[in-house]
Parts: sequence; structure tokens; C-alpha cells
Amino acid sequence: MTAVTTTMPRVADAGAPAQKPRNLASKRGFGDRVFDRMTSVSGLVVLVMMLAVGLFLAIEAKQALGKAGWSFFTVAEWETGSNHFGIAAILLGTVVVAVVAVVVAVPIALGAALFITEIVPTWLRSTLIALVDLMAAVPSVVYGLWGLFLLQGQVIGISRWLNTWFGWIPIFSVNGADPDNPLSSQTVYSASVFIAGLVVAMMVMPIACVVMRQVFSQVPIGEREGAYALGSTRWGMIRVVALPFARGGIIGGTMLGLGRALGETIAVALILSPRNLITLHILEAGGNTVSSHIATRYAEEQGFGLSALFAAGLVLFGVTLFINFTASWFISRSRSGASSEA
Amino acid sequence: MTSTIFSERPTMGLVSPPEQIDALDPSISPDTPLSSATILPRRPGPLAVPQQRRAIRGLSRDDLLMLGGAAVSSISTTILIFGRLTPLDGRFGMVVVGFFIFVAVYGVLVSLTENRPTVVDRVTTVFLAGAALIAIAALFSVVVYTLWRGHDALWRSNTYTKDLSETLPQDGLGKGGVSHAIVGTLIIAGLSVLITVPLGVACAVYLNEKRTRAAGFVRTVVTAMTALPSIVAGLLIFATWIVILGFQRSGLAASIAVSIVMLPIIIRAADVVLRLVPGNMREAAAALGAPQWRTVWHVVLPTARSGLMTSVILGVARGVGETAPILLTAGFTASMNVNPFKDPMVTLPLVAFKLVGSPLPAQKARGFAAAAVLMVLVLLLFMLARTLGGRPVGQLSKRQARRAAARSIEDLRRVEARHNTPEQAPVNAAKSSGVT
Repeated sequence: MTAVTTTMPRVADAGAPAQKPRNLASKRGFGDRVFDRMTSVSGLVVLVMMLAVGLFLAIEAKQALGKAGWSFFTVAEWETGSNHFGIAAILLGTVVVAVVAVVVAVPIALGAALFITEIVPTWLRSTLIALVDLMAAVPSVVYGLWGLFLLQGQVIGISRWLNTWFGWIPIFSVNGADPDNPLSSQTVYSASVFIAGLVVAMMVMPIACVVMRQVFSQVPIGEREGAYALGSTRWGMIRVVALPFARGGIIGGTMLGLGRALGETIAVALILSPRNLITLHILEAGGNTVSSHIATRYAEEQGFGLSALFAAGLVLFGVTLFINFTASWFISRSRSGASSEA
Repeated sequence: MTSTIFSERPTMGLVSPPEQIDALDPSISPDTPLSSATILPRRPGPLAVPQQRRAIRGLSRDDLLMLGGAAVSSISTTILIFGRLTPLDGRFGMVVVGFFIFVAVYGVLVSLTENRPTVVDRVTTVFLAGAALIAIAALFSVVVYTLWRGHDALWRSNTYTKDLSETLPQDGLGKGGVSHAIVGTLIIAGLSVLITVPLGVACAVYLNEKRTRAAGFVRTVVTAMTALPSIVAGLLIFATWIVILGFQRSGLAASIAVSIVMLPIIIRAADVVLRLVPGNMREAAAALGAPQWRTVWHVVLPTARSGLMTSVILGVARGVGETAPILLTAGFTASMNVNPFKDPMVTLPLVAFKLVGSPLPAQKARGFAAAAVLMVLVLLLFMLARTLGGRPVGQLSKRQARRAAARSIEDLRRVEARHNTPEQAPVNAAKSSGVT
């Protein structure tokens, strides 16, 4: 072997001109400039469209909100002619329907998401994922018909049972129901917030499930195997590794579902018989939500009345907006965050 | 805590067989003081019983027997309870009671042979499977019920060829049809797609290629707009387009309303798909000297094509099924109208929504027919989405992979042909190697 001598590079003399960092920016060609312009314009168009929607909404709603003031949030009736209107009842109805939907949908969504990611054999997995996605694609009017003509008949029995045994809990009590009389009419249990909530739950479930499934599939394989290597059972692994990892995604998926549930219109309008009353009796016939209120009233209102409907829509939009942003905040803050969908 | 999550005999994972532990030198135990000499464990002799490979996945015979036994037991107990012992009724209650009896019996059966963590594991697995089963059962019930209620009309040709303009409300399904609603649905959905897909995909590209603060702001606004309830979008177009600007209710108004709902959905879905395109592919394109637009056009978009297709088709399915904004903006008509710029137009979900409210059974049946046709349309779109897409970003189908391979072989051949041409070779080499 030959000897190797290391030659040190000579340090530049102090007198030499100081080196400046090279400019790395490259000149963008014609094609790229066209590309820049086109994508920026599309972004701008979308931005303008969306801001215009928000702006119009605010402008339209201003008249009614200004006239009604804070009573808009406390009045249950809707008499725009005599300036006595508010969303107390319909906003409460919206929230109750959404809460019923979420309470029913989230356990199912969580269980289904865990089943799909952790338990089901690989050959069945993609089929199940497709079925859940299909559930999200089924039109809401189809869910509404299903709820009205099939589910309602089945659920009335449960409503009666709940009322009979748990009627002492305020939310399960029903005015005009007589559980002791087996021949009493069951119509007091039909068209209720509970049934509407169940139908909306079917629409919320796939949305929450998709988010949860994505988060569960990101659980680091090393942590899973660590738990198994320590002798954990599958459920033990899920409990100490998967669920804590996915906590943010679970909360986020739930809230995303809640946001969808708040805006649902057609299925609710099909099932609920409109009734503007502040009540928490979820098994009782009748109720109303903001969106189904708009759907049933828009044709009768003009001018000021329309503005009042816009005010209701604006409040609904505000609530949904708040919930969606909270959802994405939860998801992005969680460990699984950055790359997930919402 | 550990006692509840860790099984002493795990159902999965590795367990050293007892024979091997026995085979270790018995003189080594934790109590033995360590000497400096290394003591080699004695090799185990031939095993008395040949080791058998443990099945670590799938269901064993025991599992199947336990599941089957629990199922039989729960079915018979439920029938006994509902049929003989109590005056309970209701299919729904029966299923619930049956499920809980199944869980209880299964838990007891497992606990006969397994320890507590294993029992907990098995029982929770049953619950998780139950949740998935509820979801699937609900989906099947929705789809099958709709198709079943509308199957009469689905097989009649007049459903697809006639409209309702000359049909009396009490006429049977043999007369009239929903062709006007099918055409209306396709036109309104088509117009919305024409508006939203180019704009939406371009905007998603913008969000992904420009990491500026402006892009961040656009993304935030788009995210916010996904929260816009569809009925509010409809109300907005109703108030501006129809009340203030004085236009008629028309297909165009409806498709603008649907576009407002669809646009943020498509942008967000496309944004997510584009974000999944691996950075090294972009970098590879840039390293080969491609300008940005070529990178996007030839690398990013083709890579994400399958996912983009899926998100677009699912957005279309959403638009097709949307009822609330159309209710306010498209009006209602019983006759065929193919001009989206003039006169009311009607869509399938709207027909279904309006007609099922009718007390006449024939009208109700027509409403269900419209819903069934809509369901079939959505199913077709969904299957299309699955066949065209559904593949993760960058993963090619067999045919695409073959085509890509053929292209690169062709490229190789072309390059080699160029370099091997006798006269030109030295010139090319000199050119390409530059000054050195």
C-alpha cells in the first residue's frame, strides 16, 4: 500500500473577496408562470365564492337579527309578522336530534372501526371499508324513507318500553302516554326526536367511522408489537396502545359527525312533525330543527321573514363551524394528527 | 392494571414451550450466586413429544365449538323467554336479548378453559363484531328495503321512458314514470360537476403546490365551508338568484346551489389525496429538470389519479343525492324539461320526497320507485368509483403497471439506440460529457 498524505486545503487569504451565497432561486419558465397564474386564480375564485357565501348570509340575516335582538335566542315561537320569533325551540331541537344521533352512532362507529382495523382478516377488510363508505354515499332522502316507513314501526315498541320503565327520567317521559293501558294509541310515540335521531345516526356513523379507522390504522406497529411481546391480549393492546393513540381522532370524528348531524335536513323533515316547543321529551311526537324549519317555511316567508330564516341558518352555520374547527383542532393536536384527513 | 390486560397464556405471540425451560441447567436459578465462569446451558436431548406448530391465527376447533354452542344456547333461550316464559314481543327486543345471552354464555364457556384477560378479550371482540354487524345490517336494510319497495317500478320500462305530466295521482304504476326526474338529476349533477371538478382539483393543486400563507387562508376558508348546511346553501341561492335577481327557478339555480355544497367537499378530498403523493417523486421530477407544471401534470396528478377519481365520484354521488338545496331552487314539475336555464326541473330525491308524503298509495309507490332508481344510480356510481379507484396513492393496477413497464422498456430502447449509432456515438458522448 502506498502511503497517503492528507493535503489540507489552504484557507483563503484574508484579502480575497468574501464569498457570497449563490442565489438559488431559478427563473420560472413560461409554462410555470401560466401554471402559477391558473392555480392562483382557481384558489382566488374559490376564496371569493366562499367568502361571498358567508358575506351574503350575514347581510341577509342582519335585518332580522337587528330587529329581534337577543330575544332571537330566547323565543320559541315563529311569528315573523308580529315580530315575535326566535330559535330557542328549533335550536334546542337541532341539538337534541344531533346528540341522540351521536350517542347512538359513536359506539357503533368506534366498534366498527376497531373491528375493521384490528380484528377482521385482511381479505374481508377492504369489503367492509367499502360498505362503510357506501353507507356515507346513500342519499339522505333514502335514509329518511327507510326511517319513516320501516324503522319507525320497530322503534315505537322501544319508545313505549323506555317510557314504561324509565318514564321517571325526565327525558323519557311522554305527555299523554298511558303505559298501563295496553290498548292506548301508539301515535304519541311516533314522529319523535328519538326516531329522527336514530335515522341521523345512520348517516353520522360512517363519517365518524372513517376518521376513527384512519387513526387506528396509523397506530405505530412497534407499539402494537411491544404490547403483544409483553404478553398482552388483543384487547389489552387496543386498550393501552390503540385507544390512547387515537384519542384525538376519536374525539375529532365524533365532532365531525356532530357537525353533519346538525345540518341534516331532509330525513328529519320527513320524520318529525313540526312543532315549535321547548322540550326535552325525546320520545314524544313532534319537534323541529333549524334546517327542517327552513325547508318547510321558506316558501311562505317573504322579505323580512326570509331574513329571519337566514338568521336561523346563520346561527346553525356558526354552531357547525365551531364544532368542525374544534374537531380539526382535536385531530391535528393528537399524536396521529398531521397526516389525517380532517 | 397489568393483571387485567396481560394474559399468562397469550392467545397470540410467542411462548417458549415448557420443555425448553425444563431443559435448561437446573443448577441455574435466580437464587444461584453468579460465578465468574460462563456456564453453557445444556442442550436439550431429543424431545419426548415432538413439538407441534401452534396456530397463531384463525379460529381453532375449540373457538368454533364455543361460538356455535353459545349461539345455539342463546337462540333457544331467547325463543324460550319470548315464546313461553314472558309476554314480551318485538323483533328488536328479541335480537338485543339474544345478543346479551350469547355474550354471557360465550363468556362462561371461555372462562372454563381460559384465564380472565382472555375472557375479557374474547367478550370485547364479540362486542366489536356486534357493532360492525349493526352497521352492516343497517346498510343492507336500507338498501334492500328501498329496492324492494320500488322493485315493481324498477322492472317496468315506462318508469324510465315516461314522465308524470299525463298521469293522474290515482293511476297505477303502469302509467307514468320518473324519466323527467332521471334527466333532471343527470343534468343538475352534470352541471355541478362541470363547475366543481375543474375548479376543485385546480384549487387542491394550488393548496398543495403553493405553501404560502394565502394558500393556508384558502384552506381554512374551504374547511369552514364544509360546515355550511346544505339547506342554507339552497336558501342563499333562493334569496339571491330567485328573489333578488328575479330569475326563475331552474336547473341552473339548483346546480349552483349544489356546487356550493360540493365544492368544499371535493377540494378537501382532493387535497388529502394529493398530499399523499410521496415527496421523493416530486423531487425526482425536479431533479430531472422538469418545471413545476410538468411535475404536476405528469407526476403528481397521474400518481394520485385513482384517489382523485374516487373523491370526485363520491362527491358526485353526494351531489346526486342532495335534496335540500334542490328543494328550494329547482322548483317542481311533472313534465320533462331538458333546458337547465329555463323552467323548473326536478330530481329523483325531490320526487321521492314530495310523493311519499301523498296519502294515495299509487303516489307513494311512485315516490319509492324514484328512491329505488336513485339508489341504483348511487350504487352504480359507487361501483364505478371502486373499479376506477380505491387504490392507495402511487399503487398501480396490473394493467397500469404493465403499461408503465412497456413505456420504460421503450424509453430504454430509444436511449440505447441513440447512443449506439456508430457515427453519432462519439459526438453525443462528447456533447453529454461536457467540457471535461
